[in-house]
Amino acid sequence: MATSMLRRHPGQQQPGYSPSAARRTRDRVMTIVLAVVVAIAVAVLVWVLAYVAAQGFKYLSPAFFTHTPPGNPASYGGGYANGIVGSLIIVGIAALISVPVGIAAAVAIIEYGGRLAAAASFITDVLVGVPTIVTGAFIYALWVIHFGFSGLAGSIALALVMLPLVIRATAEMLRLVPVHLREASAALGVSRARTIVSVVLPTASSGIITGVFLAVARAMGETAPLLLTALGDQQFMQVHPTQRMSTLSLQIFTDAISGFQAAQARAWAGALTLIIIVSLFAISARLISRRATITRS
Amino acid sequence: MTARPASPGAGNGRVLLQRRRRYGDTVFRAAMLTAAGLVVVVLAAMAVFLVTQSLPALRHYGPLSFLGSDRWAPSDATPAGTSPNPYGIVQFIYGTVLTSVIGLLIAVPMSVGIGLFITGIAPAWLRRPLSYVVDLLAAIPSVVFGFWGIFALIPALQPVVSFLTGTLGKIPVIGGVFAGPFFGLSYFTAGIILAIMVLPIVTALCREIFATTPADEKEAALALGMTRWEMLRTAVLPRSRAGIIGASILGLGRAFGETIAVTMVIGNNVLSITKSIFSTGATMASVIANEFTEATEPFHLDSLFVVAMWLLIISLIVNVAGKLAVRRIRGDLA
Repeated sequence: MATSMLRRHPGQQQPGYSPSAARRTRDRVMTIVLAVVVAIAVAVLVWVLAYVAAQGFKYLSPAFFTHTPPGNPASYGGGYANGIVGSLIIVGIAALISVPVGIAAAVAIIEYGGRLAAAASFITDVLVGVPTIVTGAFIYALWVIHFGFSGLAGSIALALVMLPLVIRATAEMLRLVPVHLREASAALGVSRARTIVSVVLPTASSGIITGVFLAVARAMGETAPLLLTALGDQQFMQVHPTQRMSTLSLQIFTDAISGFQAAQARAWAGALTLIIIVSLFAISARLISRRATITRS
Repeated sequence: MTARPASPGAGNGRVLLQRRRRYGDTVFRAAMLTAAGLVVVVLAAMAVFLVTQSLPALRHYGPLSFLGSDRWAPSDATPAGTSPNPYGIVQFIYGTVLTSVIGLLIAVPMSVGIGLFITGIAPAWLRRPLSYVVDLLAAIPSVVFGFWGIFALIPALQPVVSFLTGTLGKIPVIGGVFAGPFFGLSYFTAGIILAIMVLPIVTALCREIFATTPADEKEAALALGMTRWEMLRTAVLPRSRAGIIGASILGLGRAFGETIAVTMVIGNNVLSITKSIFSTGATMASVIANEFTEATEPFHLDSLFVVAMWLLIISLIVNVAGKLAVRRIRGDLA
């Protein structure tokens, strides 16, 4: 803004008061270069979304959500009902595990502190960087070897993927809760635990929910750890978490590389469905955070 | 239950209430700290289980023999044979590093540019929507990127790559790196996908780093008669250099661990290091995803755990380094 004011200043014509023509040209060229870079990034996003939508809508129909795939992957028809149900169950259980543990760990880190909490804080940062395929291999060694491939094993793996995200989001919000709220509560003779449960967490709740939704969105799209844990069940609807279970992401992966056009058509519809589900969670997260009582910045 | 202040006369009740409250407090605190402890245990357990699972193979072939070969041939494995180790993993480390470096060479300059545009050039009303759009790239699942990569990106890359093989590929000495033929699945394709996938993370960090430049310094630069680009180059970029490096390392960590999209477009050639970036290869993550559930040869699964162990070690080192770099910058500016 300041630059444009300088530029429009009448004194600009006087030598020594304005950038030389060469410098102004350079400024303009660089501005254009940066704008082009931004345009490329936006174009890639549009390209991906448009391509998936174009391919996906060709096959998407109400039956896609109510039917399982046909026995022969080369034949058309059927849908991803089993994968959609599987995704919801597996991610649901993962959330049931990771959200309470994650919030509790964040409370320990921010409200109680100490050596253990400091270690947990550091390790949370480390866990974010663990490749999810490694998490899958870990759950295979911990669980699948003893109990076999199952939806539950997938849930545990996804819970580990979500855990650091939930902890970080919660800790960040707890840090923003004003100290005077805690002090006011303590001054009323309210215990520490009660203060955290009734004052601190509710104040931070919308931010925490935002974080949880973003973690759920992330888990919905995960494929790698599920390959090693839930394994998938391409054809049948499975609602019992102790059994092998398919998810949307696993079905897309298998069908995408299957080489059958019919299977790939289903995979495109599945990819579109997955993007829609993930964006629903991501968008609700944004909407919730907009109504937050305390916010970042 | 509720923390109602006791009336002065209720001496006994008050003591009881306090004791119960103290008890409740202790239980609550213990529960919270247990959760924190669980986080610590998870990482330790991860390391222990991966090592335990890879131990049979490490014992059988010797721990360092995996790093002595670039040939992964499970069908050569026999229950008794120990040498040569049929499970060489050097080509996977090479593939992981090469694809990630290609990704970062594309993503980092773009992220810096986008960060500069959003924080320094875009009008105020455009900043938030632009940030949001770039963040949206991070919401697209890996498997969708891989699928799109096979069917949309590879056909679009064909003319670009045939141009590159025709020009750079003809140069002596380094020409082999850009040699054809190109059939689509390759290190290069995986690198481009990784670039798209790390772009939002690196951009978000760059944006945050650029936003910490004090307004005085920017205004001072403008008051000296600098153009906007000169201001960005002299006031914003130099002080952000360390932060950009930290952001790049974190992006690298992310790229190292990316699995499904890479598995779908890299071609899964596990037999050797191929010189050209336009030929097929494999990464540490892709070989695990590809072979894990079909590992039937002797020591096959154990050797995949060796790969997982190395992947964990390498990505932990990279991530901690990146985190420390970024944290130091944030600490300096706070």
